[in-house]
Amino acid sequence: MSATTTAATRRPPPWRDVRVLRLAFQALFLVGVIALVLFLLDNLVFNLRRLGIETGFDFLDQPAGFAIPDSDFRSTQSVQDAILQGARTTLAVALVGIVLATVLGIVVGVARLSPNWLMRRAAALYVELFRNVPVLLIIVFLYLAVFLRLPPIGRAIEWVDVFVLSNRGLVVPSLRATGSTGPFLVVVALALAAAAAAWIWRTRRFDATGEPHHRVLWAFGVLLVVVALGFLATGRPYGLSLPERGDLGVANGFRMAPEYAALLFGLVLYTASHIAEIVRGSILAVSRGQAEAADALGLSSFQRLRLVVLPQAFRIMIPPLANQYLNLLKNSSLGIAISVYEVTKVTRVSIAQGAPAPQSIGILMLVYLVFSLAIALVTNLVNRRLALP
Amino acid sequence: MSVLRPSAEEPLPVPEQPTRSLTPRAWARENLFSGPVNTAVTILFGLLLAWVAYRAIWFVFVDARWEIVERNIENLLVFRYPRDELWRLWGALFVLAGGLGLAAGVGARGSLHASPLLALRRAGPMLALVAVLLAFAGSPTATLLVVAITALAVGARLLGSRLPVRGRWAPAIALGSVLAAYLLVAHFGGVGWEDWGGLQLTLFLAVGGIVLSFPLGVLLALGRRSRLPAVRWVCVAYIELIRGVPLITILFMGAFMLGFFLPEGVETPSAVTRALIAFTIFTSAYVAEIVRGGLQSVPRGQIEAAQALGLSTVKTTRLIVLPQALRAVIPALVGQFISLFKDTSLVFIIGLTELLAVAEAITKQPDFLAQGLLVETLLFAGFVYWAGSYWMSRESQRLERRLGVGER
Repeated sequence: MSATTTAATRRPPPWRDVRVLRLAFQALFLVGVIALVLFLLDNLVFNLRRLGIETGFDFLDQPAGFAIPDSDFRSTQSVQDAILQGARTTLAVALVGIVLATVLGIVVGVARLSPNWLMRRAAALYVELFRNVPVLLIIVFLYLAVFLRLPPIGRAIEWVDVFVLSNRGLVVPSLRATGSTGPFLVVVALALAAAAAAWIWRTRRFDATGEPHHRVLWAFGVLLVVVALGFLATGRPYGLSLPERGDLGVANGFRMAPEYAALLFGLVLYTASHIAEIVRGSILAVSRGQAEAADALGLSSFQRLRLVVLPQAFRIMIPPLANQYLNLLKNSSLGIAISVYEVTKVTRVSIAQGAPAPQSIGILMLVYLVFSLAIALVTNLVNRRLALP
Repeated sequence: MSVLRPSAEEPLPVPEQPTRSLTPRAWARENLFSGPVNTAVTILFGLLLAWVAYRAIWFVFVDARWEIVERNIENLLVFRYPRDELWRLWGALFVLAGGLGLAAGVGARGSLHASPLLALRRAGPMLALVAVLLAFAGSPTATLLVVAITALAVGARLLGSRLPVRGRWAPAIALGSVLAAYLLVAHFGGVGWEDWGGLQLTLFLAVGGIVLSFPLGVLLALGRRSRLPAVRWVCVAYIELIRGVPLITILFMGAFMLGFFLPEGVETPSAVTRALIAFTIFTSAYVAEIVRGGLQSVPRGQIEAAQALGLSTVKTTRLIVLPQALRAVIPALVGQFISLFKDTSLVFIIGLTELLAVAEAITKQPDFLAQGLLVETLLFAGFVYWAGSYWMSRESQRLERRLGVGER
């Protein structure tokens, strides 16, 4: 005891004390990093002043000086509004893209494991074809060589009011409010609450009595019934707006300009090829013994997939899938190459209109960081929910 | 177990059937017509695939007007590089073939088991690419030179595996030959990278980006694993910041802002240099994460053993941890190189003329204007990217299997 206390009191001289050395090294390192950052910032401010460029953020309130096609944004609105409009487009493209890419990726990934040789080969061909080509090339190709080459509106490709495809873009059915929607939205909220209650009730009952819970069926059944009744009771506040082709254009429906369609489908085709590989790898990574054990228990092949293989595969799948979602979000910035007015294009145009580049690019990066963080948060939550306790 | 479940039933669908000798008839029954659903799928898919294949072949061999690619093949490959100095590029290819072949031979010493047929199969996508390029060039001289380069590469590979040189010199030999090739192309009367374009610029940005970002990435990875909080925080902040934003924003930073950060009197570097800096900044964050994975894969016992031997922290890292960690991450680094190779196409957006930009620009030549030839040129560029990426990804998978990465 006494030996250790004397060792602790007799510390080595500071220049040989590891604790002191560590602190000193870190302090030196921080000073170096801060000095570098300050040096760069100082140069930046000096150069901006020398060239008469503003160093603050007042430009955000100035009129943008450019209009955004296919939107209500007018050139008299502020730069700030333009950036917000662009950020909304980025988010919309990313979210729709994530959903479509996931669906396509899972279909192709499962097809790669099909017992049918031809299907396996076709899925492999798709994956190897799209995975090994730059996503920018896919997007540019889709825009210039596919969507702009579609027949004009007079000879549009259409399929029983579901879509109209022409060189002016893609028109799909959309929802349209026909009356007051407030009461109906309240009903939807109530329906969600009722569905959650049904879920919890079935789970508790299952825990107590052990009878099959069928909670998914129950929850969706309740949701569907309540929403349908509410829809009728509140006087059908939404109608389906189907595209109708005229000689000069398409009325109704939701129109996606060619550049948006090219960006969306380019991102989806490219990301789905990566997701397919993740799905395939995750299913294969579930150990063979698990499936064999399910067989030994006498589960049917569907039960084996749904109860044994897929839950474990999902757990493996989530982190790399989250990475692909982030990649899709970041790749949506390539819309700039084909003039999609997402946030990157808006920033580029406003720089060309005289907004100071450093601040604009800083804001652009911040927007992506916030979106990335949001996606990472959601996927982390799902991951934690699925992780083994 | 087999009493409960007849073994004829597959436990899990697998991608590749295990190699069993089947008659074609039995194989077809098992893989294509094993049930009514399967048969329907086969017929439906077969028709669809046949139609797609027919359209694709018809387009490539009948409809497509490849004249635009034929006449612009030099533009697509080297763009602005003076045609009088093309011998430098051929010379560089010879140097690279010799050096990289030698490095491959030295690195894979003692494991020369690949049969010529297998080697041919492995090089398939690359051979297809070279064949397509030569077909478009249509020059006997170029064909002879390519044959000579291939012969040199194979010869150097065979020589390398017999030389009494340690395998760890392989990276040095490879880097040395890349440097020599660069000097031949850019110096001694050659043309610097500011004026490169086409595939040459694509390859330069990809190789330059990965080579420059490698040391930076290793330092960042070590910093992120450091026990010193200040160092760790700075490295984490850098890595996560860069990984959270798209590459194009960093290219914008290089294009529009780099000049602002330099002190007065320092000249702003050329556009290509700025793009290279942006790629290095971007890729180093990803390399850092890859190397971090490698560092984490080194067993704790290795570090403890090194400490027990009395090695300092620096020596432990340099002699024990890094060699094992870096060996484990080679396949992932190849993967990163492939993404970088594809991502170089983004400089198109900031106005540099790499392969994709040239493919787009040549459709605006007076002879080819407004004839809708973009499909042809983009397909050509896409094929070049595809062949390179596909070949490298297959090689990295092979390397992964050989190194036994990810196997427990």
